[in-house]
Amino acid sequence: MYNLEAKLFVFLLSTFLGLEVIRRVSPLLHTPLMSLTNAISAISIVAAIQVMAEGITTGGSGWITFLCTLGVIAATTNIVGGFWITDRMLKMFRRETPDGK
Amino acid sequence: MVNDGLSAIPLLLAEVTPQAVANYALESSAAANSLVGGASYLTAAALFILSLKWLSHPRTARKGVRAGEVGMVVAIVGTLLIFQAVSIKWVLIGVVLGSLIGAPMAIWMPMTAVPQRTALSHAFGALAAALVGTAHYYWLYGLWSEESGIKFTPDHFETAVLAIEVLLGCLTFTGSLVAFGKLQDLIPSSIKGLPNQNVINFSLLGAAILVAIWLAVSPLTHVLFPVLILLGLAFGLCLVIPIGGADMPTVISLLNSYAGLSASLMGFVLNNYLLIVAGALDGSSGLILSIIMCKAMNRSFTNVLFGRMDASKVAAADDVYGGKVKSATAEDVAMLLDGVRRVVVVPGYGMAVSQAQHAVRELFHMLEERGTEVEFAIHPVAGRMPGHMNVLLAEADIPYDKLKEMDEINPSFAQTDVVIVIGANDVVNPLANTDPKSPIAGMPILNVGDARTVVVVKRSLSPGFAGIPNPLFAADNTLMLFEDGKKAVVDMVAAMKAAS
Repeated sequence: MYNLEAKLFVFLLSTFLGLEVIRRVSPLLHTPLMSLTNAISAISIVAAIQVMAEGITTGGSGWITFLCTLGVIAATTNIVGGFWITDRMLKMFRRETPDGK
Repeated sequence: MVNDGLSAIPLLLAEVTPQAVANYALESSAAANSLVGGASYLTAAALFILSLKWLSHPRTARKGVRAGEVGMVVAIVGTLLIFQAVSIKWVLIGVVLGSLIGAPMAIWMPMTAVPQRTALSHAFGALAAALVGTAHYYWLYGLWSEESGIKFTPDHFETAVLAIEVLLGCLTFTGSLVAFGKLQDLIPSSIKGLPNQNVINFSLLGAAILVAIWLAVSPLTHVLFPVLILLGLAFGLCLVIPIGGADMPTVISLLNSYAGLSASLMGFVLNNYLLIVAGALDGSSGLILSIIMCKAMNRSFTNVLFGRMDASKVAAADDVYGGKVKSATAEDVAMLLDGVRRVVVVPGYGMAVSQAQHAVRELFHMLEERGTEVEFAIHPVAGRMPGHMNVLLAEADIPYDKLKEMDEINPSFAQTDVVIVIGANDVVNPLANTDPKSPIAGMPILNVGDARTVVVVKRSLSPGFAGIPNPLFAADNTLMLFEDGKKAVVDMVAAMKAAS
């Protein structure tokens, strides 16, 4: 595998960074946390684009484009849905009770 | 065709020189490392990390979402610039269709359905990873393209990573779909799996790992790839089918982690560092949440995934409850609440099921107006996913500084006049502390029994998920209010209004 050492380094460091940052998230926000990380993991849309491009450059079969388009659909669902519903949830978290209710 | 492609591959493979492999590696990394690509990927990675950092506090959390969104757009634009050969038409079609599915799910999904939506989105994420991994395998080994398959010598390690990636994607896909089905009540919770479910599960997993190893040893065995996919799908299905509702918080977190790991492994295969970083962040988030959930139930991963609750050694319900349960009406509770100093509300899944959170808000305001201090005690595994109760109460306009974690609120129960438990059971069961043989022994619980009076709103004495009776219901200072959660709270509020 190309540059395995560097990849393992990046993987290791981001995992540790992730563990440290996420450990600090208040349990209050665990549900938004999960839907936000879910939206971020829809980064696989980037993989779908890359594989589709590689397929097209090398005269690959239409199956590659087809599967990657499905991949783009699935990932976009999570990007749009994930960020949106996270924001919808966070909007509801208020510190003071609103007046007049 | 006279010269069929399959016989040509081994011939041409023999001509591959180390130089050709090195050239390819340089070529592909040259694109990914191009200035614009590198800059956009770095920016996106930094924004994703900031996004999670800002999420740690409610004050900055929405800024975190913005950062994540910008990061995603930067990443996609950067990718389109690096891989300009891509068919913009198909990417656009994908993005439009995906948005058409995703937006309604975000806009109209009621907050009570958040666990289902989360499970479903894990399924989508895993599906994307599995599809892309599959396409890449067939491209890499020449079944689906004219040039690529002849360009490389098979890389055993890379194939192993790819196989694990697709396996994780497939099992997360079906596992999350089953979790979705259970949470949405499409799959009856009575389905507990077959008697020797664990044997089946381990066989499926073992077979899948064997196939993955075989593929790594001889990557050109195309025929094994669909077998791997099928085994992964079957394993995910069988793994989650027997798991009950109360274990869903752990399962959802674990699936979250798998989906992230799968994206990260894809990055290893595609030489794409942004995928590695974002996937690792998602994976570590899921891991942390699963650990928190397991600790909150005093169970291990293995126990959640492969253990079955054994209720045989538990005292019969009659011995525990026999003649000692005192029942009360909403009016009794309203009187009890009159003029008290401090009330703590303990919400559970029953509150979500009966949609009682808005009625609870009414009760909260009424008590506060009368000078009563009201707080909410949130057990980490209350509900069906991590943080489920917090979201529901926030939706009902309860200020988040009133929502207290277990460790924070437990010492204060002794100074509490009335605790109102709404639709929670196992998380307030004192057997966890007193009976070492109990299936929930050692599970940290909310010590509501320390309060002067405990009111339990529950439809019947039926046991919770652990299948054991709850001595709290028969305690001297406990009153049972046998009613649907929402109706009970509405009646309480009405009775309080009538009395004042």
